[in-house]
Amino acid sequence: MCRYDEFDHAFVAERVDQFRGQVARRVAGDLSEDEFKPLRLMNGLYLQLHAYMLRVAIPYGTLSATQMRMLAHIARTYDRGYGHFTTRQNIQYNWPALADVPDILDDLASVEMHAIQTSGNCIRNTTADPLAGVAADEIEDPRVYAEIIRQWSTLHPEFSFLPRKFKIAVTGAPNDRAVTRGHDIGLRMHRDLQGNPSFEVMVGGGQGRTPILAKTIRNFLPVEHLLSYLEAILRVYNQLGRRDNIYKARIKILVQSEGEAAFAEQVEAEWQQIHNNAPGALDLPEAERNRIAAYFAPHGYADLPKQSPILDAALDTDPAFAAWVESNVQGHKQPGYAIATISLKPHGGIPGDASAGQMDAVADLAERYGFDEIRITYKQNLVLPDVPKADLHTVWQELVDLGLGTANAGRISDIIACPGLDYCNLANARSIPIAQRISERFTDLQREREIGDLSLNISGCINACAHHHVANIGILGVDKKGVEYYQITLGGVADENAAIGAVIGPAFEEHQIADAVETIVDVYLNERETDERFIETYQRVGPQPFKEKLYATD
Amino acid sequence: MPLIKHGTLVEDIWHETDDFADVQTLAPLGPVIVTLNVWRQHRAAILAYDGRLGLRLAPGQTPDLVAADLHHFELVELEFAKFTDGRAYSHARLLRERHGFKGELRAVGEVLRDQLSFMLRCGFDAFSLETDQQAEALLAAVDEFAHWYQPAPGTSGRLDHRSTIPALRQGAGNSTNRDTAGRAATWAY
Ligand code: SF4
Repeated sequence: MCRYDEFDHAFVAERVDQFRGQVARRVAGDLSEDEFKPLRLMNGLYLQLHAYMLRVAIPYGTLSATQMRMLAHIARTYDRGYGHFTTRQNIQYNWPALADVPDILDDLASVEMHAIQTSGNCIRNTTADPLAGVAADEIEDPRVYAEIIRQWSTLHPEFSFLPRKFKIAVTGAPNDRAVTRGHDIGLRMHRDLQGNPSFEVMVGGGQGRTPILAKTIRNFLPVEHLLSYLEAILRVYNQLGRRDNIYKARIKILVQSEGEAAFAEQVEAEWQQIHNNAPGALDLPEAERNRIAAYFAPHGYADLPKQSPILDAALDTDPAFAAWVESNVQGHKQPGYAIATISLKPHGGIPGDASAGQMDAVADLAERYGFDEIRITYKQNLVLPDVPKADLHTVWQELVDLGLGTANAGRISDIIACPGLDYCNLANARSIPIAQRISERFTDLQREREIGDLSLNISGCINACAHHHVANIGILGVDKKGVEYYQITLGGVADENAAIGAVIGPAFEEHQIADAVETIVDVYLNERETDERFIETYQRVGPQPFKEKLYATD
Repeated sequence: MPLIKHGTLVEDIWHETDDFADVQTLAPLGPVIVTLNVWRQHRAAILAYDGRLGLRLAPGQTPDLVAADLHHFELVELEFAKFTDGRAYSHARLLRERHGFKGELRAVGEVLRDQLSFMLRCGFDAFSLETDQQAEALLAAVDEFAHWYQPAPGTSGRLDHRSTIPALRQGAGNSTNRDTAGRAATWAY
C-alpha cells in the first residue's frame, strides 16, 4: 500500500482547510454558485437531483482495512448507512450535507484519503488493473505509475481548467482489466524489443454520445519519460481542445478532427520541445520509482503448497461453494493463494452498493485472510486479493452470511449500472430498477453458469457512465416524449480486444426489456457451438439471428 | 483598476488599448499595451515610438505567434475571458519556460482568488482586478499551500524546483538519493 509521508499529509490537510474556507464563503454568500461549482467539483462534490453527492477517490482501486472502515464510518455518520462503488474505482455518497463535507474530508485525510479531482474539468482519479500486484500475467505493478500520475496531476497548475474531464487508466498486464482504450489516455505496459518495460500510449478513448476507442500514438514509451509525455499530450489538448461545445470538448474529438497521425505528430513535437528546454528534468529517476515501488512490494507470502486438500474437499462436498469458486475465484501469482471477487450484485440488489456493516465486515476479512488489502473493480465489485486457498471455504461462508456470497462474477447478473433517474439529474431513464429486474430473471445459478461469461451494462442516458458501449449487451435509457425507453447494443467488448457495440434495432419499453434480454440469451444458447462465449457466438453469427427473434412480428 | 504585482497592491502605470489611433496619442505619454492585431498591423509604426511596450493576448492566441517579437515587450498580458478557460495557463508556461520571457506576466479578466495559486505556479506575477475587495481576498490566497508536487517557472524563466514535494523528499533523505548531477530529482512534474 502506498503511504503518505509528511508532505502528502500536510498537502491534503491544507486542501481540506482551503475547501472549508470555500464552503464557508459559499454559505455566507460571498461565492456565487457559479464560482463555487468548479471548486466543489474539484473536491468531488456534485449537486444531484435530491442532494449533494460526494465522490471519494480510491486511487487505483486499492484500499486498506482501516480505510474501508472509515468509508463505513462516513456512510453511517453522514449518509444513510451505505455507499456506492463506481466503475472508476471511486465510492459515492448520495446524501451528505454541504456543511458536513469539510468534516468528511478531514476524516478521510486521517486515513490518507481525499476527494481531490474526482470531478471537474481536470485530470481525474487515475484507475488501474484491480488485480495489480497479484495477477499472474503482470509485467510490472501498474499502481507504481498510477501513484506517480496521481501526485503529478494533483492540483496541476496548468491542467486544472481543461476543456473537459480527463481520465487516465494504467495496466501492467497484457490482459486488459482496466478498459484502457475507453479512457482519454490509456497506458498499457509491454516489453520493448530490448525487453525493457515500456508503455503503449493510447489517446482519445471515451464513451458518451460519441463512443470511440483510444488510438495508439506511441508503441513503446520508455517508462522514465512517462510524465513528460503526458505533459505534452495534455498541453496540446489544453490549447486546442474545443471549449465552445461541451459535447465536443473531450480529447477524443480533437484526435478525431486533427487526425490520429497529425495529433501524434503534435504531441511528439511538443514533447521534443519540453526535452530541449529542460533536458532530463522531467524524467522519472529510478530512485524515485523505486521509492514508490517499495510501497507496492510483494507481501510476505507464506510458502504454501500449490494444492490445498482442505479446498479440494470443500469443492467436492459443497456444490454451491464450488460454483462460487468457479465464477468468483482467480489464480494468484503466488502458489497456494487465490484472488476472490466479492460480488456487489446480489440478484435483485442495487449494483455496486454496500452497507456500512458490509464494509466493516469486508475490512475484517481482509485483515484475517489477506494482507490488509481490498480492491475495487471496474465492474463495481470488491476483491480480496490474497486469500490462502485453504481459507477460501471459510471466507465464502462468511460472505454468504453477509449477503455478499453471490456466485456471479463475470456472469449476466454481474451488471454494471449507473445511478440513473433515481439519483442523477442528467438521466433520461432509470437504470437501477432495470438492473434489478433483469438480474431477478437469472437467479438460477445453474442457468447463469450455462450462459457463462457475459457482460451487461445499463446507462440511464447518453453520457454512458455504465459503459454500455463496451458491454456484450448494452442497455441505454432514452426518453421518448416523456416515456422511458431502452435501446440495446450488442457486441461491445471491454478487454484488450475492446470493441464498441452496435444498436440492434428500435428501443424497447420498460416492461419489455427483461424479456428482450432473455430472448437474446436464448438466441445465443441456440446458436452457440461448443464452449463458445456469448461474444464469440455474436461475432461469428452477427446481429441477424438476434434481430429476427427480437423483432419477430408473429 | 487595482493591480497586484509581486504580492503587493501597486499603481498601474500602463495604458491599454486596441485602437491604433489611441496608441498614437498614448505612446508618447507612457507605457502602452497593444493587442496582437494592432501589433501585427502597425508593428513598424509602434516600434518607431521607442516607448515601453506591452502586449495583450486573447485566450486563443498562443505566444508562439509572436515568439520572435517578444523581446520588444516588457509586459505580456494574458486574458482569462472566463475563469474556466485554462488556455492561458499553458501560454504562461510557454512564455516563461520556452520563450524565456522575463518581463511582467499579467493576468486580466476573470482573475479570482481560487485560481490565484495556479496562476502563480504557471509564472504570472501580476494580477489585474475589478475591485479593491477582490485584491484583499487574492492576497490572502497566496499562502494556502506551503508546497506543491510540481515545479513552477519563476520570473527568471527557469523552473524553480526547490520547494516541490519531491525535491523536499530528496532533501530529507540521505545524499545518496540525489542523482549524479547532485541536483534534487524533479520527476513530479
Ligand atoms: S449515464 Fe447518465 S444517468 Fe447514468 S449516471 Fe451517467 S449521467 Fe447519470
